[in-house]
Amino acid sequence: MPTETLITVDHISRYFGDHCAVSNISFTLQRGEVLGFLGPNGAGKTTTMNILCGVLAASSGKVSIAGYDIVEAPSQAKMHIGYLPERPPLYLDQTVDEYLLFCGRLRRISKAKLSGALLNSKQRCGLQDVGNRLIANLSKGYQQRIGIAQAIIHSPSLVVLDEPTVGLDPIQIVEIRELISELGEDHSVILSTHILPEAQSVCDRVLIIHEGKLVLDEHLNALHKNKQHKSFSIALNKPPVPEELLAMEGVMSVINLDRHRFRINHQPDKNLAATVAEKAVQAGWELYELIPESNTLEDTFVQLTSGDIGNEQVDNKDI
Amino acid sequence: MIFNIAFNELRRLFLSPLAWIILAIVQFLLAIFFFVLLSSYLEPGSAFRGRGLTEIVVVGMLQIAGLLLVLICPFLSMRLFSEEQRSGSLLLLMSSPISVTEMVLGKYLGMILFLSILLLVIALMPFTLLLGSKLDYGQLASGLTGLALLMSTFSAIGLFASTLTRQPAAAGVSAFAVIFLLWIIHIAGNTGNEQMTSVFSYLSMLRHYNNLLSGMFSSVDVIYYILLSSCFIVLSIWRLDAMRSHH
Repeated sequence: MPTETLITVDHISRYFGDHCAVSNISFTLQRGEVLGFLGPNGAGKTTTMNILCGVLAASSGKVSIAGYDIVEAPSQAKMHIGYLPERPPLYLDQTVDEYLLFCGRLRRISKAKLSGALLNSKQRCGLQDVGNRLIANLSKGYQQRIGIAQAIIHSPSLVVLDEPTVGLDPIQIVEIRELISELGEDHSVILSTHILPEAQSVCDRVLIIHEGKLVLDEHLNALHKNKQHKSFSIALNKPPVPEELLAMEGVMSVINLDRHRFRINHQPDKNLAATVAEKAVQAGWELYELIPESNTLEDTFVQLTSGDIGNEQVDNKDI
Repeated sequence: MIFNIAFNELRRLFLSPLAWIILAIVQFLLAIFFFVLLSSYLEPGSAFRGRGLTEIVVVGMLQIAGLLLVLICPFLSMRLFSEEQRSGSLLLLMSSPISVTEMVLGKYLGMILFLSILLLVIALMPFTLLLGSKLDYGQLASGLTGLALLMSTFSAIGLFASTLTRQPAAAGVSAFAVIFLLWIIHIAGNTGNEQMTSVFSYLSMLRHYNNLLSGMFSSVDVIYYILLSSCFIVLSIWRLDAMRSHH
């Protein structure tokens, strides 16, 4: 896999009045990677994507795309982005060809290359036969494909798709997923969804956002490969500094979930849970929760995004 | 890039019945007034006695045209950004490698292009008088310039109103309110002292329009319209820029 970094998101936050929609999110994306953006409704996915695409300004933090800062050099940065918002940004009164040509010119494709780009994007999205139809007369599935076609017409390095399969019938969903997998072969793709199987079927890596915070950033095959517990989360009433946990033997990383909760990733061959529990008692950290993580996406998602971790979701698992 | 947006805007206008209806109705109403004014020129009552053809027919028609524009421009301009905000297509423009200034100027130019077509169609009517008479070209040119300036100012006000709300109707009504207020604001000065009268009459779009119609081509009137238009265009750019940071 190529390792060139395409996007760097550096500690972005965004406030709407007093409400914090996105809080201190950082990640990077390599060229050619398909990144799934997961989170419950209202978690801040769309806001983050709008910031990435330069539609919204971040209250703090930086986004750079292909080396260009989205605020300081918006034109250069946006040349590398194709964005499909939640509602496809279509002009319903135009024909498909008219609309896509307009989008092509907006993305500064030269005249000579425009008709080639149009043909190519229509072909990839299966729109060859509807070029002369009015967009308003086409079905939701076709409109979604037109939305994707406008996002890839200028062959951007990054395609950002916000919930591309919402409102489609099952066959259309399968088609769009295939299209996304295809896109992943030569573009980087960021895809937001709250449908987990979708992320599982097309993404290389997933980010989970909950209440504006990034709670997981993991490669899917890493999540899948190890069925035996490799990480667990603990909740402590009197938590120590994370460094103290990190210093324990076998601990690979410690993630602050909130003030009281930590996720501890450890080497698979050690049963660290018992050691940590013992240590917690000795040091008086007041351990009140210890949850092994089974590492499938759905479990992880539910654990990370259900408000209080000590509920029945967790009781179902054999701790 | 500005032209790309402008031509797209113009094409989309003509895809809707609105553009055609406006062209037809303006032409129809003006033709009626043209006919009425022409008859009163041929059989002048006391009010029109001793005045020329251009002054009675052409200026009279342009006055009516100005009034029609007060009503029509808000309808045309209300969709510019309101509709884009409502349908979500504004995101397409915002995420494309174009600046807000290009976006606003493109939309504005598209509107101006349409109104130029309207202006051309309106201007054709006086020229039919050449079949049987002569015209005062100076006064005609000055009057048409006035109408063009009026159009550009109305569009700028409508453009700004459409950036303020995602409801086209609300944008239309507010644009109409501002245009109408500036149109008749000289009335406010009627009862005040001399200073007030001169201030309010300077602010009135109708006063400046009438100056141009009467054939007095003064740079003050032209600058007034250009200032007003640029002011509302800049406000639109600011408004859209601010949308990024305070949504």
